[in-house]
Amino acid sequence: MPLKLEARNLNFFYGSQQVLFDNCLPVEEKKITAVIGPSGCGKSTFLRVCNRIFELYRDQRAEGELLLDGVNVLSSEIDVLELRRNIGMIFQKPTPFPMSVFDNVAYPLKLHFKLSRSETHDRVEQALRSASLWEEVKDKLKASGLALSGGQQQRLCIARAIAAEPEVLLMDEPTSALDPLATGKIEELMVELKKRFTIMVVTHNMQQAARISDATAFFYKGVIIEYGATTRIFTNPVNRKTEEYITGRFG
Amino acid sequence: MKKKKLFKRKLANHIFRIFSLLAVLLASAAMLVIVSHVIRAGCKALSPGFFFNPSKPYGVPDSGIANALLGSMMITLGAALLATPPAICAGIYLAEFRDHPKVTAVLRFSANVMMGMPSVLVGLFVYILMVVPAGHFSGLAGSVALAIIMFPVVMRTTEDMLGMVPYALREASLAIGMTRTRTTLKIICRSARKGLITGILLALARVSGETAPLLFTALFADSWPGDYLSGPTPNMPVLITEYSTNSPFAAMHQAGWGAALVITVLVLALNIGTRILFREKRHAP
Amino acid sequence: MTVHFISEIENLNMLLLEVTSKAEHAVYQAIQATLSHDVPCAQKVIDSDDEIDAAEIRIEEECLKILALYQPVAGDLRKVITILKVNNEIERVGDLAVNIAERVFDMASYGENTVEKIDFEEMMSKACGMLKKSIDSLTYHDIETAAEVISLDDEVDKLHHDAYLFVREKMLKYPVQAGYYLDCLTISRCLERIADIATNISEDVIYMEQGKIVRHLHEGEQK
Repeated sequence: MPLKLEARNLNFFYGSQQVLFDNCLPVEEKKITAVIGPSGCGKSTFLRVCNRIFELYRDQRAEGELLLDGVNVLSSEIDVLELRRNIGMIFQKPTPFPMSVFDNVAYPLKLHFKLSRSETHDRVEQALRSASLWEEVKDKLKASGLALSGGQQQRLCIARAIAAEPEVLLMDEPTSALDPLATGKIEELMVELKKRFTIMVVTHNMQQAARISDATAFFYKGVIIEYGATTRIFTNPVNRKTEEYITGRFG
Repeated sequence: MKKKKLFKRKLANHIFRIFSLLAVLLASAAMLVIVSHVIRAGCKALSPGFFFNPSKPYGVPDSGIANALLGSMMITLGAALLATPPAICAGIYLAEFRDHPKVTAVLRFSANVMMGMPSVLVGLFVYILMVVPAGHFSGLAGSVALAIIMFPVVMRTTEDMLGMVPYALREASLAIGMTRTRTTLKIICRSARKGLITGILLALARVSGETAPLLFTALFADSWPGDYLSGPTPNMPVLITEYSTNSPFAAMHQAGWGAALVITVLVLALNIGTRILFREKRHAP
Repeated sequence: MTVHFISEIENLNMLLLEVTSKAEHAVYQAIQATLSHDVPCAQKVIDSDDEIDAAEIRIEEECLKILALYQPVAGDLRKVITILKVNNEIERVGDLAVNIAERVFDMASYGENTVEKIDFEEMMSKACGMLKKSIDSLTYHDIETAAEVISLDDEVDKLHHDAYLFVREKMLKYPVQAGYYLDCLTISRCLERIADIATNISEDVIYMEQGKIVRHLHEGEQK
């Protein structure tokens, strides 16, 4: 299976403090890769290197390579805005923009493409359908995005992310702020979406990682302890630390 | 044993509650006393003519406060137009672009100092800056003085309101490929717009009652405020001062109280109206 | 939550040990009964099989409960699955003890004039020894003991083959007592199956420890 993303000797620093140590991780195309580990182990940090969102903060820097289809996205020659169109991100707390549902999804289209009104409308509908949200909001496209329920807001954020037709989706604990029913819907959605996108998901919930992911990486204190097929990790992990973590002996 | 402890705790609870209530009543009572006095003293002066006639020297019939009201509106609006854009920009800079911590620290410190400055000093400063070189008082100078007072307040409220927008929203905007500038202007400001507008309006309400700065800058005139740029401009606070303290005539005192009542009602209305109109609507979770 | 889970597993272990010793005891009693043609003793063995069956059901329910409630993974999951399988095997040991005991009724009818009896002591002690060792290897996560048990299976197979030859010879020599010797063959087969069960349990223990399924491998090649 071809590698969509590959981290090579990735190191990350908050100021003078190093938090990611020599990470090497393959991410296969059109598969879901789960990233698990105890709090503070660097899994969210790793995710945020992928679309260079850490550059919002002055004292954070990354060293090493992160290859997207063989091209290092960390180099200064890359168009960061285009990179972020291509690598979408969904956050733990749903973050709809303060505008209507329609405008929320249309915004990235406005940013990156020149489309006519009808084309925009079609793409918005398509994105909302792909996010399993169309049926619920088709009659209230003009309503504020903030008026939706938590689970709907999160699906709106997913629709917004996929409207720009990225290749990769990064999800940082996408369901930890949602109730079990909404969580289930998002998980189903993710399994559907992996047919079109490569997905990397950080999760605290190991059952979730076991349920939906094809491959799993276990992070501990900034180091990738083990990586492998999810089935193998959860039936027969090689590393003792991995076994201890997933059986709940710590973390 | 248990019952005694519970009784003691309940008693302490009640005592504290009573003290808190008394404190609230005291504060409210103070406000109510002032407002009721103003109402009693000022309502006798109210009449249609009071509102629509310009002020006239003592003895001239059909005197009113219309020119002062208009002048106050012009001066305050001018102040808002002068102060708001730079204040909002400074607030945005403080909240969003923390690239140079030294600059941020200096800005904030300056704002704090300015907020603590007595308004009479601001008036004197503008007097020396604008009135003396020009050789005349002007409404514009009044607006400048009020703008100087408004600026740090609006800057701080802007910074606070923007700071309340969750960081995740900024990251989410960047994550779909927006530039920092666009994120700040289109998403963050929009998200905080209610708070920003509230901040501006409340600052406006505050400066509309400032007297000392206007004494040195706009002063007063018995004509309609046509000389906003080049001559003394009538305004409410100075009118109240003139009529209530500088005039020996009882009729002027009464008119002063009337003006005070009008300005009290206007400021109260602005304050309460702002808070009601722009309160945070609760969305269902 | 892990503390609860660990104590549940320990509880399961205890139950398994209990039922294993019951099964072992049943086999022992059954063999004794065949040696002395003790019918009441054989009957007791048959009756007490109900206890073993009930214990099996209890353990299976406990395993299902643990799987549903704790959703164990990795080593914990393999442990519970192994206990589930071993539980099933132990119940079969109990049934084999019953099979042996049932032979007693028929053997008793030949009375004391049987000429040459087979001594099952060695076979029984080997088979029961293997069983005990295999359960110990499960309890103590001991792969070496498990491997040892697997290698002992050949010895029991050989004893069974010897018994078969003996029976064939005696049936030709004493055709009147063919029935008796056929019973002996059945007993030998039951004991051989018990040894096989012990081997299966040991293979399950190796899976539990290493995560590798080693069944069907040791026939022909040594692990």
